[in-house]
Amino acid sequence: MREVFGPLIPLSEMHTGNHGVLELMHAGRGLSSRLTSLGLTPGTDVTVLQNYGHGPMIINVRGTHVALSRGLARHLLVKMEETK
Amino acid sequence: MSSESHSSTLQQTIYHPAVQGIPLIALAGQPNVGKSTIFNLLTGLNQHVGNWPGKTVERKEGRFKMDGIDYRLVDLPGTYSLTANSPEELITREFILTEKPDLVVAMVNAANLERSLYLVAELVALSAPLVVVLNMMDVARQEGLNIEANVLQAALGVPVVTMSATHAASTAELVKTIKQMVTSDIVQNPRLPEIRADHQVILNEMLELIKGYVPEVYPENWVALKLLEGDKEITNKMIALMPADKWNAIHDLLKDHDDALLAIASGRYEWIGRLTRAAVTHPRLGQISLTDRLDRWATHPFFGLVLLALILGAVFGLTFTLGSPAQEWMDARLITPFGELVAGWLSSGPLWLQSLVVDGIIGGVGSVLTFLPILVIFFAAFGFLEDVGYMARAAYVMDNFMHWMGLHGKSFLPLFLGFGCNVPAVIGSRVIDTKKSRILTILLAPFVPCTARMAVVAFLAPAFFGNRAVWVIWGLVLFSLVMMVLLGVILNRVLFKGERTALIMEMPLYHVPNLRTIGMLVWQRSISFVKKAGTIILGISVVIWALSMLPDGNIENSLLASIGKLSEPVGRWMGMDWKLTVALLTSFVAKENAIATLGILFGGTEGTGLAQTLSAIYTPATALAFLTVSLLFIPCVATLAVIKQETGSWKWTALNIGLMLVVSIASASLVFHLATAAGL
Repeated sequence: MREVFGPLIPLSEMHTGNHGVLELMHAGRGLSSRLTSLGLTPGTDVTVLQNYGHGPMIINVRGTHVALSRGLARHLLVKMEETK
Repeated sequence: MSSESHSSTLQQTIYHPAVQGIPLIALAGQPNVGKSTIFNLLTGLNQHVGNWPGKTVERKEGRFKMDGIDYRLVDLPGTYSLTANSPEELITREFILTEKPDLVVAMVNAANLERSLYLVAELVALSAPLVVVLNMMDVARQEGLNIEANVLQAALGVPVVTMSATHAASTAELVKTIKQMVTSDIVQNPRLPEIRADHQVILNEMLELIKGYVPEVYPENWVALKLLEGDKEITNKMIALMPADKWNAIHDLLKDHDDALLAIASGRYEWIGRLTRAAVTHPRLGQISLTDRLDRWATHPFFGLVLLALILGAVFGLTFTLGSPAQEWMDARLITPFGELVAGWLSSGPLWLQSLVVDGIIGGVGSVLTFLPILVIFFAAFGFLEDVGYMARAAYVMDNFMHWMGLHGKSFLPLFLGFGCNVPAVIGSRVIDTKKSRILTILLAPFVPCTARMAVVAFLAPAFFGNRAVWVIWGLVLFSLVMMVLLGVILNRVLFKGERTALIMEMPLYHVPNLRTIGMLVWQRSISFVKKAGTIILGISVVIWALSMLPDGNIENSLLASIGKLSEPVGRWMGMDWKLTVALLTSFVAKENAIATLGILFGGTEGTGLAQTLSAIYTPATALAFLTVSLLFIPCVATLAVIKQETGSWKWTALNIGLMLVVSIASASLVFHLATAAGL
């Protein structure tokens, strides 16, 4: 687990190319279980590969490209790494 | 058990004696790790495809022989984890726990060790003898990863074999290891994942509570973890097995720690982290991969849709340039001559027998079989897009749109396939991950107008509407699709209570398609369709034939005509007489039968003559209503057969029939009255 200082924001608010650490998952049991099996757990690094501000988004987590609906991404809270 | 859990390296000894008889090997792995390629390489054509008992998940079993030893190989469904979120996951763990295979071969993707070892983290807890296969070593090397299999093997405590995706020669090491393992006693001490430290106490409490109630086939530690993960199936099992007061204590524990699932998953990834830190020496290079470059276009909100439209256009082009001529050829050169040949053989027999065989069986089954070329093209296109990894991209760009219907992106391609034929559309719904979305997609698929129905429309529309026919045809297609979207919205509300659908999907790396895998898929699906033509479709063809022939061999006095006349009042809502009603009823066997039936009813005229005759008899309003009801009428027998097969339930099949009956008759009645009012 890596220490990152930054604001806690929904994953859906991050822009293409942003990095962050997944902190909180409020997705409910069934969805959480599917998210964890694709590599999303609290403390994991995530990089946004594509987010056009509408529709689903693509993230890189543990070397896997994962597509998520926007509605779901709103329930995943990320501590965003400040970009210089 | 609980004292053991405190130790820093949780281990569990697995003992499996040398196999007597034919060893049973199970192949497990996450999706996109090349599992079916290995299965096909090992078993060749020596495999059997069916369904898991009571499930609609494909069960593939095969045999192979190496160095004089026969093996049975079962291909378990591809799953990301073993928590009962889907039938696939349930099947995989039940098979390993209850069938007790002599060896579980766990395939992982070497280019993506961290994620694909997650399933292995679950498998080691099931106490089955295990061998791990690092597949796609070539891809891993290209990405700059250097993996030391022997280090991984030492850290893991089970044999690790490497392999490079598609080469037949590379299975040699795996087969050698399998042979070694089944011919001698296996003793394994795999290192097990632990729950994240802050939840260790809770796990121990859980183990204390369930002690003595766990059925023998399940490892206690595993059951405790599954309860903490909130696994529905294991929870229900334990509720049934435990006295109420004991269960209440567990219930309270779970209520206070509903985040245990995340602690367990994190523990598994920590376990994976320890393994990979030791074995993977070169970190991933920061280069932009081919996948990233392609995805800039393929998943772009605008260009992605353009690309999708081009690809789908190409699939259609292929269907019409290859499939349709092949279909006509089969009809003219195979089915019809075969019918004539058989008629010749039976010429000395009774007339009814000749008619049964030639018109009923060869005519009915034959016309369904002529769709095989189109099906083959669609199965191949579908398999190709899946195998190169494009399917996930198509699902991604269509996700937004599909949400309107309470579906997500994965339903798009199966529905699209419906334009060719509804059969592959229904079968294609297998790629959808949740049962709700799968059922809804299957229920909606028949609303997509297939080529057979389009043939009826294209035949009749020009005679009635002249040069406006093109607009009528487009209007009808659009109308069908609007009905589909509307029904999707309504069914989602009514049947599934607006349950939210969320897309969670791996976007696999693009890779060179494996023609063998695609070929096997096309072969198996085609064979399964032909088998169906020989059974359920045959049966129904004979019934329809009997109805059209009894009692005196004349369709105008037949039972079918009586049914047509009986349902004429309903037909009249749509401005149709009994002849059109009968034509509609016979479209049940195959949609284009409507034309053939009208041909018989109007004195054996065919081709443009028939269309002219019809346009002289019926008003354009009636024609429009007939075309509307034809497009939306109950699915053909082949589609219904696969709906039953894929939903595994007569209830959903019946619901589909009822739904389409109501929608088609209501729409056509409305169209008829509106058109009449408009003076058509």
